[in-house]
Amino acid sequence: MDLIQNIDTIIEKYPKSERPNLIPLLQDLQEHQGFLSEEAMVKVGKHLAVPVSNIYGVATFYNQFKFEPSGKYHIKVCRGTACHVLGSSTVLVELEKQLKIKAGSTSRDKMFSLEVVACIGACGLAPVISVNDTFHAKVSAASIKEIIESYKNM
Amino acid sequence: MNFNIEINNKTVEAVQGETILDTLKRNGVKVPTLCHLKGMLPTGACRICIVENETTGKLIPSCSQPVETGMKILTHSPRVNESRKTIIELLLSNHPDDCLYCVRNKNCELQDLAETYQVRERRIRGKKNKHHLDLSGTSIVRDPAKCILCERCVRVCDEVMGVSAIEILYRGSNSVVGTAFNKGLNTSSCINCGQCIMVCPTGALSEKSHFPELIEALKDKKKKVVVQYAPSITVSLAEEFNMKPGEDINGLLNAALRKIGFDNVFDTTFTADLTIMEESAELIQRITENKNLPLITSCCPGWVKYAEEFADDFIPNISSCKSPQQMMGAVIKSYFAQQINTKPEEIYSVSIMPCTAKKFEMQRVEMNRNGINDVDAVLTTREISKLFKLFGIDIKSLEPETADSPMGIRSTAGKLFANTGGVMEAALRTAHFKLTGKELVNFKIPQVRGLDGIKEAKMTIAGIEVGVAVVSGLANAQKLLQEIRNGRKDLHFIEIMACPGGCISGGGQPINSDESILRSRIKAIYAIDHRESIKVSHKNPEIIEIYQNFLEKPLSHKSHELLHTHYEKRDVLK
Repeated sequence: MDLIQNIDTIIEKYPKSERPNLIPLLQDLQEHQGFLSEEAMVKVGKHLAVPVSNIYGVATFYNQFKFEPSGKYHIKVCRGTACHVLGSSTVLVELEKQLKIKAGSTSRDKMFSLEVVACIGACGLAPVISVNDTFHAKVSAASIKEIIESYKNM
Repeated sequence: MNFNIEINNKTVEAVQGETILDTLKRNGVKVPTLCHLKGMLPTGACRICIVENETTGKLIPSCSQPVETGMKILTHSPRVNESRKTIIELLLSNHPDDCLYCVRNKNCELQDLAETYQVRERRIRGKKNKHHLDLSGTSIVRDPAKCILCERCVRVCDEVMGVSAIEILYRGSNSVVGTAFNKGLNTSSCINCGQCIMVCPTGALSEKSHFPELIEALKDKKKKVVVQYAPSITVSLAEEFNMKPGEDINGLLNAALRKIGFDNVFDTTFTADLTIMEESAELIQRITENKNLPLITSCCPGWVKYAEEFADDFIPNISSCKSPQQMMGAVIKSYFAQQINTKPEEIYSVSIMPCTAKKFEMQRVEMNRNGINDVDAVLTTREISKLFKLFGIDIKSLEPETADSPMGIRSTAGKLFANTGGVMEAALRTAHFKLTGKELVNFKIPQVRGLDGIKEAKMTIAGIEVGVAVVSGLANAQKLLQEIRNGRKDLHFIEIMACPGGCISGGGQPINSDESILRSRIKAIYAIDHRESIKVSHKNPEIIEIYQNFLEKPLSHKSHELLHTHYEKRDVLK
């Protein structure tokens, strides 16, 4: 119930039927909700008088929007050039295998979510991943297992 | 302002502001297009219409580039042709190779282009996207694997119909046409009009076929299989058999349907007349009581679903009459069943419609009495032509036959239902007679004829000034309804058809119906009206008979039970 009210309060800040506000409004919602729920997008559609199919089209166009809540531990895998050269693709494969989820989704127990990012800006630490705001440097397929285990046991 | 440009080394006149494609078309030069839709803003999405500008040495899309002075355009230079071929090869690189199994085989723009540009091998191999068939809708099947992302369906759904059930989702190579949250079409605001099918260049959109059920029913010796066909079918089916567009093949259609094995052949135009009897009575009643005006027609199931989703404030205005298809279904399984001493459940009732939304309409819960559907299967014009081919029927060689009584005679007023404005004209003819006791002079109401999206007329009948409006294309309906919401009060009766032009351009009609074809169909309908003698529904002898023997009078208890229905607000993703 709290969540629903929250959506309404955020939407009400924006003037009715003004399509140019679509992206700022979606960003605002995501910032407060952590993701864009179907319910939120339907409400945005009603408020701005934009068909909900169009809203979903816009939201899926941009990488910044997410459609399910993040896990307790949100893992970002850097797939920038430096990390790529040093094997980040195997790191990603290993993470997907260990967590049993695909990049862009959240595990069923809501513990972990996985996101691929273009560059974290820590090329000296490549290949690098971040879990919430903690960076893990020079990871490998072997060290991934330990890192995940440590968070599971936290 | 006009100036000269050069096209293929020939000087031609160009008009300031028009696109290169406009100039080319006016001068009879053909370049291929895919994403281009006549009358809509260009998107330049597919690039197949590229031409070479010799002045700048650039390849430019002719559909979106305006003409400029000094242009020297080459439309089929080796460079242009090679580039077009590459574009086609790229489109084919992730396209399924299943033309033989495709619903649009031999009627596909991509296939035609591949043939024209002689693509003979798969030079470019792309990663194929995994897309699921969307079978969730009642009328339309979506196969995104065959989609080339030309966006024509998206634009028609948005700009012409004002529905926006579909949109381009995701980005780049992951792009796909989908509904809100990429769920099934059945959760979307889709009104099943099928205009997306009409503009789809490939097999990505098609109607949900009722073929298998029908074939089973025809095999079943215990079932009495009866068929009805809509007014517009007789003037559009000819095209599927290489006859002249607009040729009326009513008699041949009756004969062909009997040859397939339908036990009885009825003309839906009869129940169009019946609709007019009921609806004109309703109109007179509402005008007399000054209640729920303007009355809005209910024949179009696309419009009805649209109203339930987007304009539920107008539900009280919509006529309670079932559509002619459903009225026919209802009287077949009651009046006719009684006459031939057969139980309604032993009748399998098929209808042939220019419309995909009729497949939805027949499945509405309101169209079912005591567990028996009014109509059991709906075939589109396209499907019935396939059925004739399947049964090896050479329609041209048949002798014309007439439809079966007691629902085979029609007035030409009922026939007008095929065209936008037709229901209005037919209803006013009968309302005029009922209110004044005299027939309308000339019968014609020219203001409601033609392909304009919104047409209006004022008529004085028995001292009352009646305001009427005729709308086709639901984006136009949206505009008119908004005017009424804003306080417009001069309208008494509105005809709304979802498809632009009415049923003659319905979503079930032959693909590639350009405007000249539509005009010949419209002309054919008015020619029938001009030629034949029963021009009003209330003079149809079988209509008089059904009221005498069965229904008593318009809006009687029996009529309400069989011929009328109700509507409900619908919650969809919109």
